[in-house]
Order: sequence, then structure tokens, then C-alpha cells
Amino acid sequence: MSASRAARATGVGVWLAAIRRDRKATAGAALLALFVLIAIVGPWLVGDPQALVGIPLQPPSPQHWLGTTGQGQDVLAQLVVGTRVSLAIGLAVGVAVVLVGALVGITAGFFGGRVDGLLSLLFNVFLVIPGLPLAIVIAAYLPAGPLTLGMVLVVTGWAWNARVVRAQTLAQRRRDFVAAAIVTGESNVRIITREILPTMTSLLVAQAIGSTVYAIGAQVGLEFLGLGDVSAVTWGTNLYWAQNDAALLTGAWWTFAPTGLCVALVGFGLTMLNSGVDEVANPRLQQERTWRAYLERRGATPSRSTPVVVDRD
Amino acid sequence: MRFLLRRLGLYALAAWVALTLNFFLPRLMPGDPATALFARFRGRLGPEALQALRETFGLTDAPLLGQYFIYIAHVFRGDLGISIAYFPASVSQVIGTGLVWTVFLAGSAVGISFAVGTLLGLASAWWRRGAMDTWLPSALVFVGAFPYFWLAMVALYVFGFLLGWFPLGHAYADDVVPEFSLSFLVDVARHAVLPVGTMVLATLGGWLLSMRNSMIAVLGSDYVNLARAKGLPPSQVALRYAGRNALLPSVTGFGMALGYVLGGSLLTEIVFSYPGQGYLLVQAVRNQDYPLMQGIFLVITLAVLGANWLVDLAYLWLDPRIRESTS
Repeated sequence: MSASRAARATGVGVWLAAIRRDRKATAGAALLALFVLIAIVGPWLVGDPQALVGIPLQPPSPQHWLGTTGQGQDVLAQLVVGTRVSLAIGLAVGVAVVLVGALVGITAGFFGGRVDGLLSLLFNVFLVIPGLPLAIVIAAYLPAGPLTLGMVLVVTGWAWNARVVRAQTLAQRRRDFVAAAIVTGESNVRIITREILPTMTSLLVAQAIGSTVYAIGAQVGLEFLGLGDVSAVTWGTNLYWAQNDAALLTGAWWTFAPTGLCVALVGFGLTMLNSGVDEVANPRLQQERTWRAYLERRGATPSRSTPVVVDRD
Repeated sequence: MRFLLRRLGLYALAAWVALTLNFFLPRLMPGDPATALFARFRGRLGPEALQALRETFGLTDAPLLGQYFIYIAHVFRGDLGISIAYFPASVSQVIGTGLVWTVFLAGSAVGISFAVGTLLGLASAWWRRGAMDTWLPSALVFVGAFPYFWLAMVALYVFGFLLGWFPLGHAYADDVVPEFSLSFLVDVARHAVLPVGTMVLATLGGWLLSMRNSMIAVLGSDYVNLARAKGLPPSQVALRYAGRNALLPSVTGFGMALGYVLGGSLLTEIVFSYPGQGYLLVQAVRNQDYPLMQGIFLVITLAVLGANWLVDLAYLWLDPRIRESTS
């Protein structure tokens, strides 16, 4: 398969079709769309999340659907406003992590030799240093806020992606079309951006989704520790205050349960969406599906055999 | 041997990077690092004590490289400075009190989760498309999407607060004497059920999926078919032929999971007021106790590196190919 055809085969239409074909991916995409909608329009529909609207620690009622916090703020308003910040940071960090990982991975895999040795050593070191404690010491020294949080999460999260991209680049580097591009005298930058990168689109999209899951979870964890801006309203700080106000020991489940459920639903939605990406990324899965359908049309039972990947047309 | 030495070199490098980060982080801050580090001490320490503390962190008038070596020398002597939150105890003393609990909590969580998850993954692949294989993986992936500490909060609320089956926090009851007796051990186990249980639940899905996928690949290989054709008992084919080889990717992931679970364990400890590193860490963050934070980071990093080294030894035992190619 030539690189240009691979680029054409991964247009937006193909992605949408793959998501629609896969039931899990459709459900995941719908779930995410709902949360994105909440993040965009939600904050205008609920009141000021910081306003003191009632008696502290009231259970859910018609006035306050999800009850009130230990300070007497509306839990629903906090949840909705928190969605915007937490999703924004999660997505931004997810994309940034993939960019850094891809840059390092491709550089190491493409140039090889001493560059590869040095960069590989770098990401292997970052892989064995435990991420959360490292994130904590860095975040503690910097001014609290979304920028610090994002930067810390990128620093602790890029290494795994770099390792995978490097392995993939090494495999592509040996292919004929790259050799042909080198012989025709194309520049390194052009070979990397026009020949090698397009073959990895689906891998990078899958990584971005996975990294976003990581970023949302880690961000909530750091803010829960009190390393975010505790005066801002995000999912993590909501949990921080729930813990601080001893919500558990007073039985105020409504102050922490909805937030954790939202974190999990977003994470689960992203994971399910990834299974649809795998359909596009993995030609073997696509082929297996076609083969199985063909056999079933003819009344035969498909076996477990590995289908041969055929390049039609 | 070369494999082990190469890995050891990597861990030594990682330890050095962690040390160096610890040294430079306070110095990268705007202004005088000593002011930032010891702002909280003002008024509590005499000038001589402050001077001694500055020397621990290498904050002298010596050139940067000299300061760096002074700092390294202190760390090697086990001198990590004085804690602000637990003044006047030294950081090493404070960390020493909580280390056992964290290692116990994270260690048993990782161990149980790995063993149970791997066995479930093996069974799931062996009876592929069976009843268990269709719902268990998705269910566990969904549970794994929750933050560790949130699961801990829910478990604490339901089983501790509502039902009262388990204690609400701490590692052992106040009225139990910490000694090596049966009643003490039972009490510790009772207190550990919820924190360990939630961590196992959160990580089970990962082990299951990893083992299931690699087991499916191995089950399709020729030597497994041959073993079946020879008429070997199914349990022997599943465990000794396929299982052992399918285990390799999971073992590779074990080292990395350790660091991840340890991070989650820190947060879980906070929920349960468990007296481990996580609890110390939150005290450190609240009191801006930089020496304690850095000490915890260093100790946890070293613990993870050491555990990784043990995983490498296990890998060597499991995979004869590495043994052959390096001896």
C-alpha cells in the first residue's frame, strides 16, 4: 500500500463510517457527544456554582437536584461547570502528549544510531519513574492552575507514546516506499510528514483517545490532592472539597458520587470509541469481518482461522 | 547477565535523574530557593539550625556543582532534611514510619490483582465466547474507568458507613497493641479489606485483557495444537503450554503497573486516613512541606526501581530465550 493511498483511506468519512459500523463505538461517541454538549452549553443553564444557595449538605431535592455541598453550594451547578474545565484540560493534554510522543518517537525511529539511543534511554527512564509522585513534586513548586496541571501531565505522560511510535517508525522505515522516497532525494522532513506519518494516523488517534483518558484521571487525582487551583470549580476540586468537608463521614454521598460517575462515563465512552478506531487501524479485523459475513451468507460456519489480508483494487 | 546489567544501568540512571530533579526543582523557582524551601520555618528555627538545613540541601555559597555534590552526599547518608509538617522530626524518620504500610497496601493490591486478573484472563480465553468471556471484560473495563480513590470513597460509604461491616479508616484500631499477635494481624487485615479491595477492583480489568489477548494468540499456535493432538490433559495444555508463554507480556507490564498502582495507593490511603506515604504526602502538600514531598518522591521512586529489578529476574526465569542469548 502506498503512503498516498493510506492517507486517502483515512479521511473523515471513513472514521465516521467505522464508528457507525461498530455498536460499541457508536455508544461511546454518543456518550461523549452528550458530555461535550454539557461542557459547551451547560454552564449557561445552571447558576453560579460558587453561590451559597442553601443549607449545607442537603440531600437531593426538587430545588437542588443533586443536593448541596458542605459550603451550601449547588452540586449540579458545580458538576456542570466542572465538566467544561476538566474536559478541556483532558483533551488538550491528550493531544499534546501525542504530539510530544510522536515527535520524539519518529525522530528516534527515523534517524536511528546515536539519536535513537539517547532518546530511547530518555523515554525508558521516564517510564520507570513513577508518574504521580513526580507530577506532585513538580506541581507543588509551580503556581496552581490549569497551565501547571497540563504541563505536569504532559511531562509525566509522553514516554509510553514515544516508545510505541518509535517501534512503528522502525517498521515503516524498512518499507520500500520509504526507500524509494530516499532515493528520489526527498528531504527528511518531507519523508517523515508525507510518507511515514500518514501510515500512523489511526495509531495516533487511538493514542490521543487513550491519553485523554489518562489526562482526565490524573488531573482529577492531582486536584483531589489539593494540587490544582482549589478555588476553581472542576471535577477534581469538587472531590477535594467533598473529602475536606468530611462528606463521607456525614453520609453526604451526593457530594462525591455524581462527579466520579461522570469521570468514569467519559473514560468508558472514550475507551469504547477506541474499539471503533481499532477497526480502521487494524486491517486484520476488517478482513475477518468481511470473510465471516461472506461465509455466513453461504451457510457455512466461520472457523477461527486467521484471514489473509488481501489488497483488492 | 548482560540483560540484567543493562536493566540495572537503566535503573541507576533513573535514580540519578530523580535525584537531580530533586536538586534542581527548588533552584528553578524564581527567587532564593532557600526562602521558598524554608519559608515555613521562619520563627521556629534558630539561625544555626537554619544554616544546617541549608547545608543539607546544598544551599551554600559554593558553586552549583559543589552544592550538587554536597546534596548527593547527604542523600547517600540518608539525610533528607527536616520535615516542616512534622517538625522537629527528620524526613527520613517521618517516611520510615509510613513506608511499611504503603508497601503492604500497594504490594498486596498488585499481587492479588495480578494473580486473579491473569487467571480470569486465562479462563476467559480458554472458554472464548463463553458466558464469562462476553460480559466480564467489558464490566471490568467499566469499573476500571472510575478513579481509584472514588471507588474507595464509595466503598467506604457503603460498607463502612451504611453497613458498618468494615472500619472507617486507619491501619488498625486504637485499642489494639501493634505487636506480632493473631488479634493484631486480624485487625490489620480487616482494616485492609476495603483499600486493597477497591484497588484490586480498579486494576483487575487491565490484567484480564492483557492475559486474554496474548492467550488467544498463543492458543492458535502450532505447538499448542500439537499438545492437544497428543491428547495431553486440557489443564496441562492451558497452564503449562499456553499459560506460561502467554504470561510474558503481562510480566513486562508488571513493572510499569507497579508505579501506577503505587500512585493510586497514595490517593486511596488519603480516603481511608491510612498511615502510609499518601497520608504523609497530603500533609506535606497542605503545609507546603517541600523537604517531605521530595523525600517521599525519592523513596517511592527507589522502591519502584527495586521492584522493577525483581520483575526482571522473574522475566529471566520465565523466558529461556533471554537466558540463552545472554549467557
